[in-house]
Amino acid sequence: MGSKGGLGKYALRYSVLVYLAALLVAPVAMVGYRTFQHGFSPVWDALSSHDATAALKLSLLITLIAVPINIVFGIATGWLLARRRMPLPWLVDALINLPFAMSPVVVGLAVFVLYSRTGWIGTYLFSHGIPVLFTWKAMTIATIFVSLPFVVREVVPVLEELGTEQEQAAAVLGASPLQAFFRVTLPAIRWAVVYGTILTVARSLGEYGAVNIVSSNIVGQSLTLPLYVNNRVNQLDPQAAYSAGLLLAVISLLILVGMTAFSSRRRQSPNGSA
Amino acid sequence: MSIKVSNVSKSFGDFHALLDVSVEIEPGHLTAVLGPSGGGKSTLLRIIAGLETADSGHVEIEGVDVTNVPARDRGIGFVFQHYAAFTHMTVWENVAFGLKVQKTPKDRIKVRVAELLALVHLDGFAARYPSELSGGQRQRMALARALAVEPGLLLLDEPFGALDVKVRQELREWLRRLHDEVHTTTIFVTHDQEEAMEIADRIIVVNHGHIEQSGTPADLYDRPANDFVMGFLGPVTTLGGRLVRPHDIRVSTKAAAGAQRASLERVVSLGFETRIVATPEDGSDPITVQLTRNQVHELELEVGSKVYLTALADAN
Repeated sequence: MGSKGGLGKYALRYSVLVYLAALLVAPVAMVGYRTFQHGFSPVWDALSSHDATAALKLSLLITLIAVPINIVFGIATGWLLARRRMPLPWLVDALINLPFAMSPVVVGLAVFVLYSRTGWIGTYLFSHGIPVLFTWKAMTIATIFVSLPFVVREVVPVLEELGTEQEQAAAVLGASPLQAFFRVTLPAIRWAVVYGTILTVARSLGEYGAVNIVSSNIVGQSLTLPLYVNNRVNQLDPQAAYSAGLLLAVISLLILVGMTAFSSRRRQSPNGSA
Repeated sequence: MSIKVSNVSKSFGDFHALLDVSVEIEPGHLTAVLGPSGGGKSTLLRIIAGLETADSGHVEIEGVDVTNVPARDRGIGFVFQHYAAFTHMTVWENVAFGLKVQKTPKDRIKVRVAELLALVHLDGFAARYPSELSGGQRQRMALARALAVEPGLLLLDEPFGALDVKVRQELREWLRRLHDEVHTTTIFVTHDQEEAMEIADRIIVVNHGHIEQSGTPADLYDRPANDFVMGFLGPVTTLGGRLVRPHDIRVSTKAAAGAQRASLERVVSLGFETRIVATPEDGSDPITVQLTRNQVHELELEVGSKVYLTALADAN
């Protein structure tokens, strides 16, 4: 803040704080309050119900598949882009950003038409009796789509800053390209990978729009946690909605705390990514 | 290891870094590749290392054509200008890297790394990270790392270029002593003629993508092949339309046949050396001459004196 002093400075500070409190803290706090309004046991009952645990399991399954795929793909793509070995780099770069720019509903719709009975891939799959649409597989594909850019976007600038000298030094010392990658490059960009992974996990767990369209939306079977929250709201089952909602919020909070811890560690560490 | 570079050319887009370069490097020597920046000297070193591929031509190491052999199989050590330290590894791990990659037994690695850290005076720094070292220490670590795999050929690309003057001076003397102990064939790239003259057995002068001259420092200084080499290796001044060294000019106050008549314009005292600047009466460029303090006293030179300048017979 400038030296203008006293009143103006405090007015700005506190108006920003009030704004954040009203817009961000109050709604989440309200969910927290409603969740525990009648004590802990209704929350436990709601979360341990068959439908809620099924939703949590499905969310975790999709995340456990989508995240590793996006890590491997993200590092490979990021490396090719940063080392200028990608054909049509401007096009690839724009494509990577597509999931950021596109509404998740449209992503869901795109997966839907591609894997439907008349879609390019769907035709083949249906004729071979491999159902994808309205199963967890289509939901996973949609999730991979929306969470694809995070690792790439984190890794590319760090790789560019790192340069190629360390890889060359490794090569001269007798390392194969794979050894150079796993012993030198990957450790040097590890915080970027961790950071990108955390963001990917957050996006995968929280995705609603895209998976909604390709899910068969059957309670206790094909609802992820966010879909389950929506379902409970519509079914006028507030305790279950609040409990599952709070669970999602807590997971997000843990991810945020983890990210903050990692980013401060990344800054302090003498052997950080830079 | 002996090295033979034959007819190597390399371009980066429109820029010709090397044009049909051929050179041989004798085993056991400390050779400097000297030249102005952008002259192609680093490219030559990187092609010998296998870090860059020549557009045409061949590289032989110990009589074996290695043109298509990847860097990791050439048995060389390479030291980069900006250290290229593995930032996430300790000093110990950096030095051990090449040995680990080559699957050297663990107890052997321990012994070897300890030897090398002692050699580069980094004994107490094994557990530090490169970011906790000074520039000079990092470059010594890089050198130890390169020497760990016992390369037959050590290549250094402007190794002291990023260091301040004092550390540079220390490290170059130290590199010379190290070479006298280890005897590994060594090539280093530099744009600093003093550095090259001081520690190299042989100097290869590279400019505009080709080799101007190669030989011992004394050869190049005393018998430069052309004006570029003469100008690059030491101070020069023009006398009678010819380049001469400022210390290879005889100054007299008496007329002599063929001497350039000039009037003394400046006398700069630099301790042992005194530098005088004289303007020829024929209107050509001022001439700089290096004399000793005693010579200036004996000749009773002062600003405005008339002097007669002759190139010393043995100059050139």
